[in-house]
Amino acid sequence: MKIHEYQAKELFKRHGVPIPRGEVASTPEEARAIAEQLGGTKWVIKAQIHAGGRGKGGGVKLADSLDEVTSKAQAILGMTLITPQTGPEGRVVKKVLVGEAIPIAQELYAAILFDRTQACPILIASAAGGVEIEEVAKVSPEKIIRIPIDIRSGLQSYEARKAAFDLGLSGKTALKAASLLSALYQVYIREDASLVEVNPLIVTESGEVLALDAKMTIDDNALYRHPDVVAYRDLDEEEPLEIEASKFDLNYIKLDGNVGCMVNGAGLAMATMDIIKLAGGDPANFLDVGGGASVERVAAAFRILMSDPNVKAVLINIFGGIVRCDRVAGGVIQALEQVKVDLPVVVRLEGTNAAEAAKMLEDAPIQFGVARSLEDAASMVTRALKN
Amino acid sequence: MSILLDEKSRVVVQGLTGKEGSFHAEQCLAYGTNIVAGVTPGKGGTTHLDRPIYDTVHQAVDKQGADVSLIFVPASVAADAILEAKDAGIRLAIVITEGIPTLDMARVHAGFQDGRCRWVGPNCPGVISPGKAKAGIMPGFIHKQGSIGVISRSGTLTYEAVKQLTDVGLGQSTCIGIGGDPVIGTRFVDALALFAKDPETRAVVMIGEIGGEDEENAAEWIRTSGFDKPVIGFIAGRTAPPGRRMGHAGAIISGGKGTAAAKMEAMQAAGIHVCDSPAVIGSTTVRALKG
Repeated sequence: MKIHEYQAKELFKRHGVPIPRGEVASTPEEARAIAEQLGGTKWVIKAQIHAGGRGKGGGVKLADSLDEVTSKAQAILGMTLITPQTGPEGRVVKKVLVGEAIPIAQELYAAILFDRTQACPILIASAAGGVEIEEVAKVSPEKIIRIPIDIRSGLQSYEARKAAFDLGLSGKTALKAASLLSALYQVYIREDASLVEVNPLIVTESGEVLALDAKMTIDDNALYRHPDVVAYRDLDEEEPLEIEASKFDLNYIKLDGNVGCMVNGAGLAMATMDIIKLAGGDPANFLDVGGGASVERVAAAFRILMSDPNVKAVLINIFGGIVRCDRVAGGVIQALEQVKVDLPVVVRLEGTNAAEAAKMLEDAPIQFGVARSLEDAASMVTRALKN
Repeated sequence: MSILLDEKSRVVVQGLTGKEGSFHAEQCLAYGTNIVAGVTPGKGGTTHLDRPIYDTVHQAVDKQGADVSLIFVPASVAADAILEAKDAGIRLAIVITEGIPTLDMARVHAGFQDGRCRWVGPNCPGVISPGKAKAGIMPGFIHKQGSIGVISRSGTLTYEAVKQLTDVGLGQSTCIGIGGDPVIGTRFVDALALFAKDPETRAVVMIGEIGGEDEENAAEWIRTSGFDKPVIGFIAGRTAPPGRRMGHAGAIISGGKGTAAAKMEAMQAAGIHVCDSPAVIGSTTVRALKG
């Protein structure tokens, strides 16, 4: 689960990662009040959306007076912010983070993420802050510091110091950076993050080290032990159909194609999307209805597929292993009595009692395309698109 | 022959008395698997499915000589269950449980570095050596005893592939569901190394998906180790968008890494017979065996 910058900074603060002072605002008036309270003469106003690259889209602005705080917050709040990561549709900004603007001496990069190959967390740091780490990795990979972390003992102080000195920092500043990195590891471990990224990590003109930005993703599988993080979920950042699907425990991801698909199992669902594409169609979604494929879930899945106006045909691909195909077929027929579906539906059931299931579908009052193989299913559904 | 599991394996089920554990253990028993005990802390001394229940895995090992554990316990206690199996001297732990936090699994991984116990999964359908034993949730009847090894990150897609193999007359030596999570106990490379030593396995089907670099590493291993059996491969997720988790916790393209294209390219370069479509896994295997 992704969280907002201001939420990540709350977690940073809890675990001792130094951050600039600031508060979140939903109105220009609130923004002004926060700036007034912070004091000083210069403030930064940052749009709070889950996508990165906010500065490039005009979602980060400096203000030199309280009036400017009001006017710039006004400009950002409610705007549709388009960044390289939002896609062309952009995101509407509902909140801004108002903070003190800090004179920066140096911009660095630090992140802790999970290294799948070594199956452990890894600290990544670079002296090139403010730019995307993928770019640094492409142009000058030797400039990236990587420290794999033994999860049983955690990030050692000497490892954090080594990273700080290798970044080119010296003296007290390096020690401050090392302590920030150690605190960052605490955020990662204690909050079950899958990513904690600080870009930029800054050294101020007065030699302080601060996390100017904060990006965090939490491991969905660990959310059960972080109820306070679950409360950070922002439904405005999610696709409405995906929210609806999550209510029925359906694993649904909306795509841009025109063939809606309903499959049991994630791997088979991806493979079904692939074969639709190979047959000349375009998958409208990823949808895993789970092993059982019960009437309720199939009906809910149909409702979700039907709510996507791009869907012109539906392909159901179920491998009935432990669950019998005739039961799945019964469920599909029953679900279609509950949900109005006026599009061609191709069904492919394989496994236990597949032949009985095919006969049930063929005899049903609703017209189905009954496919005999996976290949057959994909070509039937693409043919249906052309009619 | 087969690898990991056969008719002599003595299986203990951790979580036998739970709904999932009970349902699937019954199917395993019907397949002929030698399930010798169940473990549910607090229910020791009772019986379930005519099998004795113990409070600890250690007791199941001491009293029944269990050497394989099949784990169905809830995600929040799964890491603990795996570590218990290892400590009790279990040779192979098969973890079906889905949704275990990644950092829990990283701790398990760190505790398994001595090589005394192998684990498969989590978030997987398990292991089956057709005709001999099944320790998992896969439908037994689609399998047929034979000489093709199957390694897969998926569940139902594996069944699809196995059914195609059986339909073209090719039986399987052992099918291993290695699981769809970012941290897994047995990777493609490990399973391939086991199949390399099994004289009965004539070819291996590997079914990968987007995310991570295990398929690339396996391709590299095949290229450099002198693995001389034909390998047939398929990668699911060519149409998956980057940055989105496709059901499995490990199926995500991140930072431009883990794409299907990169994996297929690496596999092709290693001489693997890469299937374009999931519908041709069986027929491609037939062709690969003809050389």
